[in-house]
Amino acid sequence: MRDAFRRRALPYLLSLPALLVCIGILIPFGTAIYYSLQRYRLNLPHLRKMNWGENYLKFLTDSEFWNTLQVSLAYTGLTVGLELLLGLGIALLLQRSTRFNNFVSILLLLPLMTAPALAALMWKLMTNPNFGILSYAASLVGFEDMKWASDPSTALLTVLLVDIWVYTPFMMILLLAGLRSLPRQPFEAAALDGVPRTFVFFRITLPMLTPYIITASLFRLLDSIQQFDIIYAMTQGGPGDTLMVFQVEAYLQFFQATNIGKSAALLLVLWVITFILSNLFVKQWLRLREQAQGAG
Amino acid sequence: MYEKEQDRVQAYLDGKMSRRELLRSMSALGVSAAAASTLIGLGSTRAFAAGFDAMQHQGTALKLLLNKHPYTDALLANLEAFKAMSGMEVTYDIFPEDVYFDKVTAALSSRSSEYDVFMTGAYMTWTYGPAGWITDLNEWIQDGDKTNPNYNWADMLAGLRASTAWNGIPGGALGSADAKQWCIPWGYELNNLSYNRNMFDQAGVSAPTNMGELLEVCAKLSTDVEGVYPIGVRGSRSWATIHPGFLSGYSNFGERDLTVGDDGTLSAAMNTDGSKAFHRDWVKMIQEYGPKNWSTYTWYQVGTDLGAGASAMIFDADILGYFMNGGGNKETGNIAYAPFAANPAADAPTPNVWIWSLSMSNFSQKKDAAWHFMQWATGVEHGLFGAQQMDFVNPVRQAVWDDSTFRARIDETYPGYLHQHDVSAPGAQIYFTAQPLFFDLTTEWAATLQKMVANEVPVDEGLDMLAESVNNQLADAGLG
Repeated sequence: MRDAFRRRALPYLLSLPALLVCIGILIPFGTAIYYSLQRYRLNLPHLRKMNWGENYLKFLTDSEFWNTLQVSLAYTGLTVGLELLLGLGIALLLQRSTRFNNFVSILLLLPLMTAPALAALMWKLMTNPNFGILSYAASLVGFEDMKWASDPSTALLTVLLVDIWVYTPFMMILLLAGLRSLPRQPFEAAALDGVPRTFVFFRITLPMLTPYIITASLFRLLDSIQQFDIIYAMTQGGPGDTLMVFQVEAYLQFFQATNIGKSAALLLVLWVITFILSNLFVKQWLRLREQAQGAG
Repeated sequence: MYEKEQDRVQAYLDGKMSRRELLRSMSALGVSAAAASTLIGLGSTRAFAAGFDAMQHQGTALKLLLNKHPYTDALLANLEAFKAMSGMEVTYDIFPEDVYFDKVTAALSSRSSEYDVFMTGAYMTWTYGPAGWITDLNEWIQDGDKTNPNYNWADMLAGLRASTAWNGIPGGALGSADAKQWCIPWGYELNNLSYNRNMFDQAGVSAPTNMGELLEVCAKLSTDVEGVYPIGVRGSRSWATIHPGFLSGYSNFGERDLTVGDDGTLSAAMNTDGSKAFHRDWVKMIQEYGPKNWSTYTWYQVGTDLGAGASAMIFDADILGYFMNGGGNKETGNIAYAPFAANPAADAPTPNVWIWSLSMSNFSQKKDAAWHFMQWATGVEHGLFGAQQMDFVNPVRQAVWDDSTFRARIDETYPGYLHQHDVSAPGAQIYFTAQPLFFDLTTEWAATLQKMVANEVPVDEGLDMLAESVNNQLADAGLG
């Protein structure tokens, strides 16, 4: 009798930790949904009431919201794309497992160990027009008046540089691991047949590496669309609204304006975007895996 | 304390002996400078406790939430004296300013009783007060049983007392008869010019007295002094860009942020002709004579550039100039100070003020004990200790400003500082309209200023757009 009970209870007991974690995540998530449906400002407590979807409806006619969406997507697309290209390039260069390549790959990981906010402060110093080494370097190649993050025309470029510096090693290390784990037979056969390198890259390496590319890009995408620390530390979303991304706007709405309703609504929109994008990626990844299994 | 040391400390506190003489005589008695400072703290705190039951909260433990600041350093240097006097235990958390106010908001909005007393600025109380997070301190100030007869509330500078009191009605005048005292002034800063004397001498210019002269002096500095930019002001996308030099100059022309209608409704006042003219001058000043990366400048960059000799002057907090004249900065000893009335037709400067204050959490379980501590921390005795021994400037009490030891010390090391303060103090107050959307509106104002300086939007058009947005937000919040 007791054994039967244990056998029946075991699956529930085993899944209990996951259930608890799930509840731990869902409670704040549910609270955020609840707040996002309210007119709720801490400094105007008498105005607090349910306004249902009004916070969301207001976004439709709010030019600042559309600017935030545009900046967030542009930032995400550019960082993920550029880091993927650079990371893949470096991984290909370091593909052969030699002592030198292994040493360099470890060295290249160092930026990843820097906290992004600290990296931003470091870059802020390096791009200082008075004494920054990058400003000096820019002046040597004719950009005397480079204002970096202070100018709307170069602000995005500046924060992209910081993001790329910090996170390209992440792409590189995942893709390098992928490259080194690919089966050797197709490459050996191609070498025996004298197949050109570009053909090998586009027809063998890249398709076999795609699941790794998708995984690495997905991780970066999730992180990049939620960017906060680099942008906040460098410009607080400025100049003007040039770098106003979701997380910075939501943070300012919460901590500065104490507008809980709007802040929660912004974060939920961000969640929806993240959910859609990650679903697309995961579905693509599953499709490729099925293809690979079918081919095998 | 031994009798001889005690006598010397008392003589010093009575003004019969200079600080230098005290330290020399203490040294002869084998007492180090640090120990002498502690003894002075104990001596002055004893004066506070006279005629009052200083031990009434003995054994009570308080916790403070503090910002990393020289005022905090002065408090900590003297805290043992308070503990000895009161028998209370005082612990604290200190956070750097970048995250300090987030921590305060998090602690208060979660209704945590962890902290009893915390540092704040008057503007923050416009959020904390209506939210019910802080206590109206009038109840304690007016209670003879809870307030030390020596506390002398009236000695607190009148403009500061008024600026930290608000009735909670959006647009309501600060310091009105029905105002609630949301916090107690602790130390404050007004906004004037701090400049590098050597650079001014090199360019053959003297401190400008109005906006027109300021632009002329900047032009001369930019041509005659190489490798520096003429003027530093804040520019980050934050409310903190608006409140120092900018609003001080703006207010001097009689311009306001908002107007209060007869029916109490608020409306934007940033797009008047006078405001547009001032903005045009301000934008031109930054574009032609400010730092290249102005839009990332907080008080820190403004101050350190002056201290490092990268800028020739700043229009910012006077205490920023004060701190840059010491502490091992490259330009230590070269900084001078001048009052500044942007409007040539104005009689005197009208600096907007930032007041570091102490507030009592409404969720504190030990409010009487918290008030006991706050009295001591904002009292004359601690003020004198901080002003004489530490960098607890600007004091908020008249008694400290009148203290000859303090004045002599400042006059000797910071020439012109007392003059700029004394000339400006009568007009120094908060010039913003008290209302709960303060941070939203001033941050947007700063963002608009950034767009103007970057030539993304013309000044007139930018201000019209700002005014429209402000009016919409006020209407949405039921204030406009």
